[in-house]
Amino acid sequence: MGASPHTPGIFVDRKWGVVVLRLEKRPTPSKFWLYATPPVAVILTMIAGGCLFAAMGKNPFEVIRTIFWDPVFGEFAFYLRGQLLVKAGPLILIAIGLALGFRAGIWNIGAEGQYIMGAIFGAAVGLAVFPTENRLIFPVMVVAGAFGGWLWAMIPAILKTKFNTNEILVSLMLVYVAETILAKASTGFLKNPEGMGFPGSRNFSSYPAAANPELIAGSGLHWGGVAALVTGVLAYILLTRHQAGFQIRLAGQAPRAARFHGVSPARLVVMCMGISGALAGMAGLFEVTGPAGQISIDFNTGYGFTAIIVAFLGRLNPLGIVLAGFLMALTYVGGEMASTNLGLPDAAIQVFQGMLLFFLLAVDVLTNYRFRLAVGAH
Amino acid sequence: MTRPELLRVEGITKAYPGVVANSDVTFSIGEGEIHALLGENGAGKSTMVKMIYGLVRPDSGQMTLRGAAYTPSKPAEARRLGVAMVFQHFSLFEALNVAENVALGMENPPPMRELAARIRAVSEEYGLPLDPSRMVGDLSAGERQRVEIIRCLLQDPKLLIMDEPTSVLTPQEVEILFKTLRQLSSEGTAILYISHKLEEIKSLCDEATILRRGKVVATCTPRERTAREMAELMVGATLKTPERRVGAKGEVALGVSDLSVASPIPFGTSLKGISFTVAKGEVLGIAGVAGNGQDELLLALSGELKASPDKVRVAGHAVGDLGPVERRRTGLVAAPEDRYGHAAAPDMSLVENAFLTAGVRKGLTKNGFVDWAGTRKFAEEIIAAYDVRTPGPDVAARALSGGNLQKFLMGRELMQGASVIVINQPTWGVDAAAAAQIRQSILDRAGEGAAVVVISQDLDELLEVSDSFAVLNEGRLTKPRPTEGLTMDEIGLMMGGAHGMEVAHHVA
Repeated sequence: MGASPHTPGIFVDRKWGVVVLRLEKRPTPSKFWLYATPPVAVILTMIAGGCLFAAMGKNPFEVIRTIFWDPVFGEFAFYLRGQLLVKAGPLILIAIGLALGFRAGIWNIGAEGQYIMGAIFGAAVGLAVFPTENRLIFPVMVVAGAFGGWLWAMIPAILKTKFNTNEILVSLMLVYVAETILAKASTGFLKNPEGMGFPGSRNFSSYPAAANPELIAGSGLHWGGVAALVTGVLAYILLTRHQAGFQIRLAGQAPRAARFHGVSPARLVVMCMGISGALAGMAGLFEVTGPAGQISIDFNTGYGFTAIIVAFLGRLNPLGIVLAGFLMALTYVGGEMASTNLGLPDAAIQVFQGMLLFFLLAVDVLTNYRFRLAVGAH
Repeated sequence: MTRPELLRVEGITKAYPGVVANSDVTFSIGEGEIHALLGENGAGKSTMVKMIYGLVRPDSGQMTLRGAAYTPSKPAEARRLGVAMVFQHFSLFEALNVAENVALGMENPPPMRELAARIRAVSEEYGLPLDPSRMVGDLSAGERQRVEIIRCLLQDPKLLIMDEPTSVLTPQEVEILFKTLRQLSSEGTAILYISHKLEEIKSLCDEATILRRGKVVATCTPRERTAREMAELMVGATLKTPERRVGAKGEVALGVSDLSVASPIPFGTSLKGISFTVAKGEVLGIAGVAGNGQDELLLALSGELKASPDKVRVAGHAVGDLGPVERRRTGLVAAPEDRYGHAAAPDMSLVENAFLTAGVRKGLTKNGFVDWAGTRKFAEEIIAAYDVRTPGPDVAARALSGGNLQKFLMGRELMQGASVIVINQPTWGVDAAAAAQIRQSILDRAGEGAAVVVISQDLDELLEVSDSFAVLNEGRLTKPRPTEGLTMDEIGLMMGGAHGMEVAHHVA
């Protein structure tokens, strides 16, 4: 049957017939909605979240203010602003890597596992040479962290290219494998020998050559933040100016055209999974040597999953992701404030973050479609 | 000869955002009349018949069927009132058999055994042999069309709409289809026949309504007009036939020897022992009914499907194991049939689509970085040289009409100075004037010494442009023959005749 471009939407009965609200594909994607979608989604999230908080018996305006306003302009902003950068750094770094893959239609959902493996690999290198002091140690640890993440991402990549497995499932399942290895590392092979039997590795803050301290006191900026911003710019250049970026975009939009252009799907999978794995691994290394300080059973806090939301919130555009990373950090920091000051459960904050992705994807329809009112037609 | 009026269409107008598909269209069809709806692509034929079939509602105007107001709101209603339609693109399930496919299109299908018997009865009555128990995936395009026709005939329609039915048929199959249609007409079933093939319309149709840009520009009796007159009414301008240069043939530029590859497409046709050579300045035309390996041959030549090195040679170099990029570098460019998603990325701009294949030969990358300024210039050159109607090079490819995008894509391959050019369906869905221009450019490139392979289902087109002629049939290629002096009968036999239909009409 001839495919109709019209999808019927809402039907409203009137005396004289039917009013149909229908979605109609735009001839070209709307530039306006491309940029308007994130702010509109944020506003809708605030409204729906406000309703949720009101239903829980909290003052919605106070909660929203605590989440979005206080961390930046409130009483404790001098401290919380730094926390924003601490949280945004790894989110941005991971999300940029994921976005490259998502653009190509390669769905790495297991960044959390790659993040953990990067942390373990990098930390292991540092701990192996403890207590040697050498300026090269930290850079080598960064490379080892990237390698760990890359290696973990290569498992789903190679299984996909050789056996056509689904990278979503394999990468996700490997997160739980990585968590098990992390538990083993913190209670076993990376455990602090002077730790009186407590789980967890040596603390990097007391090992200057391998530590990732704040670069400017109170700013929250460490090498991970620097790496995130630099990666954002590099990824933007890659996507807009470089042939590899063109191939990534092409493969995502029109896979057959990509093969016609000369892209090898297998090589693209390996490249995109590799980049996202390496960036996630680096993020893990920066976290474990900086804010977290040591390998411990639960040092990972779900950045690898939240980064998926950040990637989409930033329109899979590296510069957008930098902004989205800060916004998401705001909901983390503000959410923590809300839960300690206003007694909001953690789950409510997670629902709130989930709403953001939900509204983003919903409003996103308007980029490629528009609503039209039609009378009586079908 | 006056017939009682069956369907009358009066003052029908239908607008889509940005385009008026039909404007004040009026015509009528008599009982048992074969009526042609003639027009170029984008003239509004499809929209018109979709309205008659209840898929689309007109903005204004009215239709009457046997005097009664006719406003179908969905195809099922149109079918109930005796209007049936055979679409250009079939909606059949390849993994089901014929009877099951027919049953899926019915409101209340009878038991399978009874349905199979009815299918047999109808197919024999109208000379359309079809085994109800065969898998549709194993049928030829012509046989699939028979499934669609029989599905319609089981409803005993008063009006049968046929959208470009002959584009998938061999000449012999066309003759048999026409016999069936004439038989239906003599029994009182009217046929609304949509086509842009003028010779067919002259031989088949009683009346014709000619549309141009959504408006009726003429009605005529096709038998009393020449094809050229009708073409000019359709296009609204005088037509130029491409000029052939007569050039000496050079040495072999493209050689394919014993090329066999498995099809990557489900229910596709694998290539079996394909061999041919094309010399510099030569145009090889490859005919064949759709689905006989055309897509696979294009993939195997473009480099998307690889073979062992010496199976494909460009200017003596073995390129069989090279991918598309390396093949372009050696001088071979290719243009696939499917514009949306294969030859072009629909959501990307024309500039990006220009880079898609031209990056290598036009030197549009430096150290891996794309020279977007240079690419834009090339895109603008294509737009100017091929008269592509677009607001600019930055619009998305999908915003262009099919014909305009095809002009852009042909220009993209033909303007790269390649020594071997392979094109699948160069003028598919393109209006007559643009088609003539594209064919002229193909001949010009050959005149400059390029070896050209044109794969097409349009025989007239192939006879117009090609020096030698071969047919692809079930993945095998016939030995190329000089085009000059070939008759339609010979071509039809090369195409495998009528796929087992020779005996179909012995009683008709």
